[in-house]
Amino acid sequence: MADSGVTDEPGSKDDGHRAKTEGKELTKEEKQRLRKEKKQQKKNKEKKDEKASQESEKKRNREEKPVSAAAPASQPPTQPSTQKAPSAVPAPAPVPVPVSETPALADKPAKSKAELKAERRARQEAERASKQASTSKPKAPPSELQPVVKRLPEHVQVDNPGVLKKLAKKLERQQIPLRSDYGYKVSLFSHLHQYSRKAPLTQQLSIPSTVIHPAIVRLGLQYSQGIVAGSNARSVALLHAFRQVIRDYTTPPNEELSRDLVNKLKPYISFLNQCRPLSASMGNAIKYIKKEISNIPCQCKEEEAKSQLLSSIKCYIDEKIILAAKAIAKSSIEKISNGDVILVYGCSSLVNHILCEAFEKNIKFRVIVVDSRPRLEGREALRRLVQRGISCTYVLISAVSYILPEVSKVFLGAHALLANGYVMSRVGTSQIALVAKAFNVPVLVCCETYKFCERVQTDSFVSNELDDPDDLIVTRKGKTQLEHWQDVPSLGLLNLVYDVTPPDFVDLVITDLGMIPCTSVPVVLRVKNVDQ
Amino acid sequence: MRLPLLSFQVAADQQGSLTADIMELQAVLMAAGGGSRMTDLTYNTPKPMLPVGNKPLMWYPLNLLERVGFEEVIVITTKEVQKMMVTDPKMKVDVKMKLDVVCIQEDGDMGTADALRHIQQKIKTDVLVVSCDLITDVALHEVVDLFRAHNATLAMLMSNAHEFTETVPGQKGKKKTAEQRDFVGVDQSGKRLLFMANEADLEDGLSIRKSIMRKHPRMHIKTGLVDAHLYCLKKAVVDFLADNKSISSIRGELVPYLVRKQFSKTTSSPKIKDDAENQNQKTNDGSTNHELLISSRDEPLLQLAQERSCWNDHRGDMSEAYHGGKLRCYVHIIDQGLCCRVNTLAAYIEANRLAPKLFEEPAVHPSAVISERCQMGSDSIIGALCQVADKTSIKRSTLGNSTTVKEKVKVTNSIIMHGVTIEEGCNIQGSVICSNAVIGRGADLKYCLVGNGQRIEPEAERTNEVIVGTDQLMEI
Repeated sequence: MADSGVTDEPGSKDDGHRAKTEGKELTKEEKQRLRKEKKQQKKNKEKKDEKASQESEKKRNREEKPVSAAAPASQPPTQPSTQKAPSAVPAPAPVPVPVSETPALADKPAKSKAELKAERRARQEAERASKQASTSKPKAPPSELQPVVKRLPEHVQVDNPGVLKKLAKKLERQQIPLRSDYGYKVSLFSHLHQYSRKAPLTQQLSIPSTVIHPAIVRLGLQYSQGIVAGSNARSVALLHAFRQVIRDYTTPPNEELSRDLVNKLKPYISFLNQCRPLSASMGNAIKYIKKEISNIPCQCKEEEAKSQLLSSIKCYIDEKIILAAKAIAKSSIEKISNGDVILVYGCSSLVNHILCEAFEKNIKFRVIVVDSRPRLEGREALRRLVQRGISCTYVLISAVSYILPEVSKVFLGAHALLANGYVMSRVGTSQIALVAKAFNVPVLVCCETYKFCERVQTDSFVSNELDDPDDLIVTRKGKTQLEHWQDVPSLGLLNLVYDVTPPDFVDLVITDLGMIPCTSVPVVLRVKNVDQ
Repeated sequence: MRLPLLSFQVAADQQGSLTADIMELQAVLMAAGGGSRMTDLTYNTPKPMLPVGNKPLMWYPLNLLERVGFEEVIVITTKEVQKMMVTDPKMKVDVKMKLDVVCIQEDGDMGTADALRHIQQKIKTDVLVVSCDLITDVALHEVVDLFRAHNATLAMLMSNAHEFTETVPGQKGKKKTAEQRDFVGVDQSGKRLLFMANEADLEDGLSIRKSIMRKHPRMHIKTGLVDAHLYCLKKAVVDFLADNKSISSIRGELVPYLVRKQFSKTTSSPKIKDDAENQNQKTNDGSTNHELLISSRDEPLLQLAQERSCWNDHRGDMSEAYHGGKLRCYVHIIDQGLCCRVNTLAAYIEANRLAPKLFEEPAVHPSAVISERCQMGSDSIIGALCQVADKTSIKRSTLGNSTTVKEKVKVTNSIIMHGVTIEEGCNIQGSVICSNAVIGRGADLKYCLVGNGQRIEPEAERTNEVIVGTDQLMEI
């Protein structure tokens, strides 16, 4: 639609027309923007009324140019905004230009103040448009004009050198070494980080780590080597490490604990992020801790404050993880009946817990464990279930459509539940959900509420995690075929970690708040936010 | 290999974020050893101060620690060494760390574990013990990462031994002194230490407990490894040593004990004596086990995290990660790179050849006076204030500080220590000349070791001899 408008001359009529068509797509945003603009204009009027008379002569000469320069400059930036982008690309600044132009141009022959306003605005738009045309990526403009559009997180902009430089500067300020990417990245995922396990971040740290608390270094190592893996385990380990940090913390003189401790935690969080991108559950736990720390009253003595923090962390773990698991197990057991054949995928601590509890209650069922390379986490799940005495079958994911006719229910764990009802989980989950749907087998996702995340995602490309590509290399019968994969220029190894399952494939989500459909996730999030 | 410069250190000092209470590791350098296997070299110069590539031997581990980021080291040494340390220019200038020198009696046979017990009050956290005779360029983070990631009780460094190719002076015939071999058993990943014993303790044969085989069915036993004597130990081990005064050597007793303890039953059940054990089993095994167990204050949380984590260090059996064992010993074995323990003459010669390659220092010290007509090979190192006259040829050799070399001297493949005078026309090949020796004119030395302060008469011809003073001969 917008493409046809490029070649047209910037007449006011075309602007209005284009504005109308674009206005239909973005009405709500447009309205909000207009409202904000009017407020802004009022403010500007009060400030610059004195200068108006001086500038009026100059502006009259340059009237035509900025207006016409703004319009064509606005056209190319509008193009990408209307193109289909997988996530919200913040390039809306030029979009309001045609809208704002129309009232300005229409009012031109009227009062001089309106004229000056329009010229000033046009000049601003021209500057902004020219700046945007020169920068490689349209950044989010100041928030007073565009409050609705969110900024893209840094970790999905790895192919943008500007963002990388900013990240490097930030890490340098916090004295955290920067972990360099490894190997050739498949082009679809070149916007994500890809690290090698053989190059740990500790290589660049001093050995008795002075900048980062030893517990955090240990945790980061355990994350990057996969010793602590799984959403719940990572969160618990993170909170444990934070407890140690808080215990060892002493407030420096002339500082407040509530502010200083949060600043101390920031580099640790960057460090952990460098070791392995934070999970949604970890993110929520960190938000909770930061809130707790900020809520400490300033009169509070240090010992008291620390013990309060420690107990609140313990409380969080008890409530959100341990008790939630119990509640979910209780609800899920109602769904498991005698003679069931339950399919599980990979190793989800929660699903394992549920199955073990159900077995304790003497329900007769059997389990089919589906596994996939390269992690082969299903083996660990298999071990835990068989150790309890549950009879299990083990298949690889390539055989899932062969065994699905036998299956009565599918229980899946989740890494995070997104605000639009999508389930983010280990790669392969969406495949299982899809095949289960095709066979009309009910799919139940078990997820605690602290993993609910406000992000919105509809595909697995935009935000994901790339694991070490060397994990895909396997040695069979003494031969390692992929050993020198880096030397083959046309070969790229892709080791994805997460994927996103649409809510159409999920029949029920079992949470500690009850059993809800996938689409009720935003409600839960809203309720949670109100509570807090 | 060029070693990276850590630029974070300066900034860290300015920030000063962590107080000394939360140090992660404390470094301890054991520099009290006597060098019992190279008495010819050490009867006058204590082993830690022997020059290797014109730097005192203990400078190398200190440099390693400094490069990696340590700011303080506890040095356990004798008074003699301490005196020499203070006066040595290299130590004063190059070592920027704070050295906390603890002196112990030289004659009392204090083992390394005894020394650790001695400084128990100073140890506040986990400790990294390094021996003064270690010259290596290993990336230390590999060892320490094992220690951190697996919450190990012990992490150590070992290296695949290389044969020494240089001829050692004073050795009659082909070598192969029956050095007691070490049998080291590692698991399939090559990281977990399962078995450690010295040949001397295995007179009746090598026996492996069934419990170990059940947990780790595949064990690789290696004999050609060199122990670098670099250990990361938990603080609980130092406390344990304080209570168990019978353990006197880290390498000889503590490490095998810890390795064995990994697999012993934690409950003191009466039937622990049924398997064949090594002769050195301490009688108070069962009662002291609980002291070694790592007790962090948040044990249940760690346990919970481990339970929820879908990781296991082994597969094929029904047990959880680490088989539920709390005591774990890890080893990092390096294949490439330099890792040399200078405790024999052969090792000393080898180290002198290899150590200079580690650093980018100029081969010729700027204060040395070398005449233009001297042929100097690229492998040679000339120390400070040397004087080398015309028509000399110095190939693959090291000249110590303040050494004088007169005309027409040929020095090949040799190590000349400090303050030596070599008169005209000498021919020195494959030899080690200790400090302050004087080689008379026209002497011809092949594969000799000239002791400290000795004088070789002119026109002497010695091959494959150890020339030391008469007072030294008494110490056999």
